[in-house]
Amino acid sequence: MDKLISNDVKTEELVLNMGPQHPSTHGVLRLVVELEGELIVNVKPYIGYLHRCFEKHCEAMTYPQVVPYTDRMDYLASMSNNLGYAIAVERLMGIEVPERVEYIRVIMAELQRIASHLVALGTYGVDIGAFTPFLYCFIAREKILNLFEMTCGARLLYNYIWVGGLSHDIHPDFVRLTKEFIEYFKPKIVELNELLSFNKIFIERTANVGILPLETAVNYGVTGPVLRASGLKWDLRKNDPYSIYHKFDFDIPVGDGRMGTVGDSWDRYFVRVREMEESLKIIEQAIDQIPDGDVKAAIPRRIKPPKGTIYSRTENPKGELGYFIISDGSVNPFRVKVRAPSFVNLAVIGEMSKGHLVADLIAILGSLDIVLGEIDR
Amino acid sequence: MGLLDREFSDGNIVIAKTEDLLNWARLSSLWQLSFGLACCAIEMMATSASHYDFDRFGVIPRPSPRQADIIIISGTVTLKMATRIKRLYEQMPDPKYIISMGSCSNCGGPYWEHGYHVLKGVDRVIPVDVYVPGCPPRPEALLEGLIKLQEKIRHETLRKKTA
Amino acid sequence: MKTPGEIFEILKEKFGDKITGIETELPVEPVISVDPLAIKEVCEFLRDNDDLRFDTLMSLAGVDDANGEKTKDEDGYDIIKGGTLSVYYHLDSIQKGHKVTLKVSVEREKPEVESVESVWRAADWHEREAFDMYGIVFLNHPDLRRILMPEDWQGHPLRKDYKNPEYYQGMKVPY
Ligand code: SF4
Repeated sequence: MDKLISNDVKTEELVLNMGPQHPSTHGVLRLVVELEGELIVNVKPYIGYLHRCFEKHCEAMTYPQVVPYTDRMDYLASMSNNLGYAIAVERLMGIEVPERVEYIRVIMAELQRIASHLVALGTYGVDIGAFTPFLYCFIAREKILNLFEMTCGARLLYNYIWVGGLSHDIHPDFVRLTKEFIEYFKPKIVELNELLSFNKIFIERTANVGILPLETAVNYGVTGPVLRASGLKWDLRKNDPYSIYHKFDFDIPVGDGRMGTVGDSWDRYFVRVREMEESLKIIEQAIDQIPDGDVKAAIPRRIKPPKGTIYSRTENPKGELGYFIISDGSVNPFRVKVRAPSFVNLAVIGEMSKGHLVADLIAILGSLDIVLGEIDR
Repeated sequence: MGLLDREFSDGNIVIAKTEDLLNWARLSSLWQLSFGLACCAIEMMATSASHYDFDRFGVIPRPSPRQADIIIISGTVTLKMATRIKRLYEQMPDPKYIISMGSCSNCGGPYWEHGYHVLKGVDRVIPVDVYVPGCPPRPEALLEGLIKLQEKIRHETLRKKTA
Repeated sequence: MKTPGEIFEILKEKFGDKITGIETELPVEPVISVDPLAIKEVCEFLRDNDDLRFDTLMSLAGVDDANGEKTKDEDGYDIIKGGTLSVYYHLDSIQKGHKVTLKVSVEREKPEVESVESVWRAADWHEREAFDMYGIVFLNHPDLRRILMPEDWQGHPLRKDYKNPEYYQGMKVPY
C-alpha cells in the first residue's frame, strides 16, 4: 500500500457507509469502510438490524414451541436449524430416535445443504455481475423446495424436525422424486461449473481476493466452507459425528488454491460446489436404505429435560451451529444461546479485506455466504 | 383498462383519458426497490427468479430508492431498522406504493408478543397499500398482492380529493 | 485427548484456588468454574499448553442466573436484587479433539470479567453480545459497545427482570 501513496501528497481517509440497504449486503447489514483512495484500510460491520429477540422468545416458550423460531434464524437452511435444536434437546434428555427418523433427517439436511448452497452460489454470481447463474440455481432450488413442500407443506420454513421425531412421515412418492432429482441435478453441477466456476472473468474477480490464512481463521473461530477453503479438513459430520453420518461414505472438500492461493474467494466458492456433490452422494446412499417404522420416538407429552446444560453442535451449510441450552427442569428452557455460524464468520471480514479494492469487498462478502437472520437472531 | 391492453392492428392513434393512460403506464412498470429484510425476502427473491418471474408484471428491481416506484417490505421490521425504512420511503419519488409482505411487517408476526426489538407492523411508520398475509407468503400470494395493487392504481384519479 | 476431569486436575495444579470447582453431576457435560479476573490467564494457558491446545473458542454465552432476591414492582414485573450473572466459555481443540466448558460467575451489581479477546479473536463479538444483552463488562476489551441493540437503548434485554420500554424514538414497542 505504501508504494502506491507517495508521502508528500496530502491524502485523507475516506469513510464510506455501505448499507443497511445495499443490494449486495445480503440483507440488512451495514459496513463502514475506511478507504485510502480505492484501497480498504478497515471494514467495520454494524449488525443488529434484524435482531428479532430469538433468545428471549426461547425463554418464554416450551421446548417444542421453540422449533418454529429456529426455522427463522438461518432461513435458507431451516431444516438444518431444526435438526441442530432437536439433537441438542434429545441429547439433554437422553432420547434415542428411531432409525427411520435418522435417515429422513439426514436426507432432509443434505437436501437443505444443496438448496442453501445454490442460493449462495447464485447470489454470489449476481454480486460479481453474472446474473444468469442465479436463474439457473433457482430452477434447481425450486425442485428441492417442491420435495420439501410435499413432505411438510411449507416452502421455506418447515418446522419439520421435532424433538423426538418428525412432524409427518414422508410422502409415498418422496423416494422416487428424490431419486429423479439426483439424476436431474448431477449434470446441473457440471453446467454451473461451465457457466460460472471456470469462467475467466469470474476467476479474475475472485481468485487471490480475500485470502484467509488458516491461522487467522482458527483464531476467529471461523467454521464451515469458509474454514475448509482455508485448507483444514474440519467437518463436524466427520469430526464430531451426530445422527447417523458415520454410516455414509463421503469426502470433505477443502480449498486447494487451484486458481490462486489457498483460502481465496474462489476456493470458498468452489468448496460449496463440491459440497453439493458430496451431499448428493450421501442422499444417494441414504435414500435406498430408509427402514420402515415410526417417525416419532416414545417421548413424554410434556418435554421436560432434567436440570443441566448442554452445548451441542451440528454442521450447518454455513458452519458450526451450536445450541447452548440450560435447563432448570421446567418445561421452558432457562437459557438458549445460539452460536450462529454466520455471526462468527462475518467478524473476520475486516481482517480479510485490508488492502483490497472497494470492488473486491463485494466479492469477499459474497464468498462468506452470510445470513442476517442468523447473525442478529 | 380494456383499450390499451389490446393489440393495435390498424392505425396508431389512441384516444384515451389522461388518467387512464397515466394509470396504465404506472401500473405496468412498477419498479421495485431491491431491498430485502428477512425470510420473506427469500420468497421475494424466488418470486423474481426463474420460476415465478416477477418481470412479466413489469416489476424490475432497482437498487436506488430514487428510481423506485414500489417498495416491498419483506420481513421483520426492527426498531433499529424502522427509522432507516422511513428514510428510504421518503427518498422515493411520488407516486410511491408499498406492499407489506408477510405477517411480520403486517403486525409483528411470530414476534408480536416477546419481540422487544420488533416493530409490530410497518404501518406504524409508513403507510401501506397492500398487505400480503403469510409466514412467509408464497410467491403466488405476493403476485396476487401485486395484482391487487395494480387494480388499485388502475382506479386512481388525478383529481384532487374532496373531503 | 483429555477428559474434563483431567483438564480440571491440570488447571487446579497450576492455578490453585483460582479454579473454584467442577460440577460433574450435570447430565451431559461437566463445567469448570473459574475466578472472573483470572479467566484470561487460564485461557492463555489452555491455549498454549502443549497437552491442551485449545485453539478455538466455539461459543461464549452470558447467562442471568436469576438467583437473587425476587420482588415484584407495581406492574407485576420481576425485580431481582443480588445474585449472579455468569459467562460460559465453550472451548474446542481442533488439534487434540477435546472440549471443555468454563464458567465464571460475577455479582449482578458489579459484573466485571476479564476479556479473553486477546486470546481468541472469536471472543470479540461474543463478548460484545454478552455486554449488550446482560450488561456484563469485559475488562480490557478494545471496543466494548452494544452490538445488536441500538446504541441509545436502555437496559439489557436478556436479563430476567428486563422491562420492555413503552416507546422507542416515538415508536410504540408493545403490540
Ligand atoms: S412473516 Fe414469517 S417468513 Fe416473513 S419475515 Fe416474518 S417470520 Fe420471516
